[in-house]
Amino acid sequence: MTVTKTISTFHGGLKLKGNKQLSTGTAITAAAVVSQYIIPLQQHIGAISESLVSIGEHVLKGQMIAKPGSTISAAVHAPVSGTITAIDRQPVPHVSGLPDYCITIDNDFKDKWVKTQPLAEDYNNHTSRDLRQLLRDAGIVGLGGATFPSDIKETEMDTHTLILNGVECEPYITCDDMLMRERAQQVLAGADIIGHIIKAHECIVAIENNKPEAIKAMQAVIDADGTGFFRLQVIPTLYPSGGEKQLIKIITGKEVPSGHFPGELDVLCHNVATAYAIYQAIYEARPLISRIMTVTGHGIQQPQNIEVLIGTPMKDCIEQCGGYINDNCELIMGGPMMGLTLQSDHLPVIKATNCLLIRPCTEAADTKTHLPCIRCGKCVEVCPVRLLPQQLYWYTSCKNMERVKNHHLFDCIECGCCAYVCPSDIPLVQYYRFAKTEIRHKQQQRIASDTARQHHEAHQQRLERQKQEREQRLRKKREMLAARNKNTDSNNKEAITDAIARAKAKKAEREQAATKQPVKQ
Amino acid sequence: MLTVIITLGVVAVIFGLILGYSAIRFKVEGDPVVDQIDAILPQTQCGQCTYPGCRGYAEAIAKGEADINQCPPGGETTIIALAKLLDVEVKPLNGEHGEEKLYPTVVQIDEQSCIGCTLCIQACPVDAIIGAAKQMHTVVETVCTGCNLCIPPCPVDCIHIIEVKPTVRNWVAAFPAEPFIAPHAQ
Ligand code: SF4
Ligand code: SF4
Ligand code: SF4
Ligand code: SF4
Repeated sequence: MTVTKTISTFHGGLKLKGNKQLSTGTAITAAAVVSQYIIPLQQHIGAISESLVSIGEHVLKGQMIAKPGSTISAAVHAPVSGTITAIDRQPVPHVSGLPDYCITIDNDFKDKWVKTQPLAEDYNNHTSRDLRQLLRDAGIVGLGGATFPSDIKETEMDTHTLILNGVECEPYITCDDMLMRERAQQVLAGADIIGHIIKAHECIVAIENNKPEAIKAMQAVIDADGTGFFRLQVIPTLYPSGGEKQLIKIITGKEVPSGHFPGELDVLCHNVATAYAIYQAIYEARPLISRIMTVTGHGIQQPQNIEVLIGTPMKDCIEQCGGYINDNCELIMGGPMMGLTLQSDHLPVIKATNCLLIRPCTEAADTKTHLPCIRCGKCVEVCPVRLLPQQLYWYTSCKNMERVKNHHLFDCIECGCCAYVCPSDIPLVQYYRFAKTEIRHKQQQRIASDTARQHHEAHQQRLERQKQEREQRLRKKREMLAARNKNTDSNNKEAITDAIARAKAKKAEREQAATKQPVKQ
Repeated sequence: MLTVIITLGVVAVIFGLILGYSAIRFKVEGDPVVDQIDAILPQTQCGQCTYPGCRGYAEAIAKGEADINQCPPGGETTIIALAKLLDVEVKPLNGEHGEEKLYPTVVQIDEQSCIGCTLCIQACPVDAIIGAAKQMHTVVETVCTGCNLCIPPCPVDCIHIIEVKPTVRNWVAAFPAEPFIAPHAQ
């Protein structure tokens, strides 16, 4: 039953051309199996995963090959059975363009799974703690884009409302849409598991009104469910409604304050793709080794959605979709607003890769420099976080990092709305990214130099202590000598005769022992 | 007239006592200016500034004995920060003390060649080297500041400098291309 509750909206936002129909024509197809998979150890927010395997080792499909590196981190699994051929730095899809540690697996094409028994319906009899550990072992991360480890934190327990995010507001991307159309049952079963873990009272499924098929499919399953736990909420199409804090504002009318977590408003957001991954972990004992990815854009022959194993080279995915329409195309991981431009397609698909967008280069503005800010205020009107983008830009351009921070730089979600409307074509998000990484780097340096200072001080204290101890020893020795000198010669002689007597006694003992020895033998 | 002199005299003595007492009672531990300068210095403890460690240099700057451009590890960033703190002109790094490095460095001991002489341990200002007499030594890279003080004492030259290149976990995004200024706006 669709109870159309009144919903709120957030500040700003943009109405964008969706271009979604490009990739929704065909059903989700499985990606071709390839001979080599490259699995980065950092596919999530938090600490890098720790490898559990060594070169030459044979691994089974679904076997954990790297464990979480710290509390906030995720496990990584083998997408195929095969042999580990390298653990080294490889090019990865990251904004910095820098290489990072990866595990390379050569496929043996036997598709041999590691032995595991799925919990299935039985999960209802397990405690939240066990299930959370299970999700952690399955390497589940938020698949909506943030890739935050999804083993659900202690603080998120006993949350009233679970919001299932099927908004998918970014143009071109349709992987969540197709997932909901084709596997609504499983998605909602996954949401049910999350609901069970956090002991939620209701689950609101939020979908943008530009996805009628997905809405129909999800509604059908919700109606069949009949428990009243789920409620579908259709929301207007507005970018970036899928942002966590924006969606919470739309649904609850409340804003998550800067520096706070949604849990404080008694809500928790999870993406539909994450719910599906959780379903697979519980019902199929399948860790996060694949995801649904949109390959789309006007630069690809056959735009479509494919279900791809993590670690598959992007090049192979693009070939499977018919290849580029010409040599002059731009490859973006993610959507046109928040995605990152890649320099090459010799990169692995990672957990965060929800979309490969291929655009002919003419479609993308290729400007090296921009015009000065004219303070028109357009960026302020569209910013969904209600920041002052032009001020952030101004302080960043004169490198006044204190002021940028005070203007809440770290609340910026890098949605790109401000840059989209800016009449001077200022690459605003690039400025914010510079500021964020620069501030973070300075903090790291500050911590390092403080530690070095402490180490140096401790070092000097140790030297000082050792010096004093040496002096004390010397002083004692001198005192002892002086005391002995004071004693009379007779005393000295006595001591010497004593020592001689002692030595003689010892010698006699030894000789006795020596004569006894042969007797024993 | 006399009363005036006496009153003023008494008042002067009282205030003198108060001032003298508070100078002792509310004495600021350490030297705040030196601390502030020391906080800006990179703490590499390399001595390239000709002072034994960053603290010594900080004290010398505070006393006006040293210039602000003698610290190669800190480079331009440190000079700018010092200039701002002390309200003086920014100037380029004094080349006599060394060049600013492109990337930070640490050192590594070639474990095959190390003879276990412990000379490097004695040279390290931050105790970043672990080892014992006649045992193989090793550098804890996360503690090493890259001061290179351990290199000259090594009798078998087995300590090598390695650059610490940025990774995805500590990279800094490039500053975007500067705006194009239209001719009529200049
Ligand atoms: S939209 Fe662009 S030009 Fe207008 S105020 Fe913002 S940054 Fe300046
Ligand atoms: S990128 Fe940041 S500043 Fe710009 S509109 Fe989005 S949230 Fe606001
Ligand atoms: S040159 Fe710089 S880093 Fe080296 S000791 Fe002097 S102040 Fe410290
Ligand atoms: S190990 Fe060598 S380079 Fe590193 S801090 Fe110690 S002395 Fe300096």
